[in-house]
Amino acid sequence: MNLSSLVIPLLLAAVAVVGMGRRVDVYNVLTRGAEEGLSVLLRIIPALVGLLTAVSMFRASGAMEWLSGLCAPVLEFFGVPPETTPLMLIRPVSGNGALAVASDLMAAHGPDSYVGRVAAVMLGSTETTFYTIAVYFGSAGIHRTRHTVPAALAADLTGFLASALAVRLFFGAP
Amino acid sequence: MAMTWVWTGMVVLSLIFGVFTGNLDAVANAALEGARSAIDLSVSMAGILCLWSGVMEVMNACGLSAGLARAFRPVLRRLLPNACRDEETLAAVSANVSANLLGLGNAATPLGIRAARRMARGCGGVASDELCLLVVLNTASIQLLPATIASVRAAAGCRTPFDILPAVWLASVLSVAAGLLAAKLLSRLGGRRP
Repeated sequence: MNLSSLVIPLLLAAVAVVGMGRRVDVYNVLTRGAEEGLSVLLRIIPALVGLLTAVSMFRASGAMEWLSGLCAPVLEFFGVPPETTPLMLIRPVSGNGALAVASDLMAAHGPDSYVGRVAAVMLGSTETTFYTIAVYFGSAGIHRTRHTVPAALAADLTGFLASALAVRLFFGAP
Repeated sequence: MAMTWVWTGMVVLSLIFGVFTGNLDAVANAALEGARSAIDLSVSMAGILCLWSGVMEVMNACGLSAGLARAFRPVLRRLLPNACRDEETLAAVSANVSANLLGLGNAATPLGIRAARRMARGCGGVASDELCLLVVLNTASIQLLPATIASVRAAAGCRTPFDILPAVWLASVLSVAAGLLAAKLLSRLGGRRP
């Protein structure tokens, strides 16, 4: 059983029961909060339009593959399998794209191969960085993001290198 | 400004590659398709965003989020001292961190946004050090049970999809540490603290 299928219903039920027990008008408060979600959404949409337009163009133009080719030798030096370079490039910009690339890698190399494991660990130890930045700052009305992008990319890069390192540590070298 | 560089760089590179590889038709279509997919994504996340905003409101009203905030205060006070002075911001950050740890990315985002909006008040559109830190924390994954990845591995024929957990934890810890360290160092380098 998928653990998250237990967590969500349990969480919703627990909050409702505790709320009722403490004489909170649960349904009214819930819908009032949900209304606030709508106003947040309106501020996120422009950021998403900007980000997804650029990402979609970038992938279609072939620039992504060129960048992969450019990065692969450098990453190989650090023990990162070159097959995972496209995954590293797409991970910060598209969650669904990264999931698709990782599935392809696992199908091609096997989920228990070195490449398959590194791909899975990369997926599990990083987030969709630019999506997160766009959504958070878009909804908060922040124009100057200061050092957020470089710091977040430093975390991503560390996560990618550490993924290869961790797989070799726990499962042995390929 | 950083996002301006990223956006302009991607669009200009796409144009150049489109011209040289003869993919220009595809690039033009992709631009329109990308914009349309942003609305698809917004619509598909609208319900979830509203649901978790509502749940957070109930948690606030019945004191559950105050309990959560108490549990996380010792850690968060070190990372985000200013944000922790405001009870409701602390509650939202605590809920955001809990959702992240549980792997509920869909819930973590609305909760984190709630915290970010409170932290951005009165900043005049400039991100404070602590807001940058909150966002960096959310761009680095801190989930304990990566259920989605496990299901992808299981779908690819893996019998023990969770055997990568220790490796994921190690890589996560290192990447979060690097992100926090980089944020601290860069905020000093950049000067201009609002």
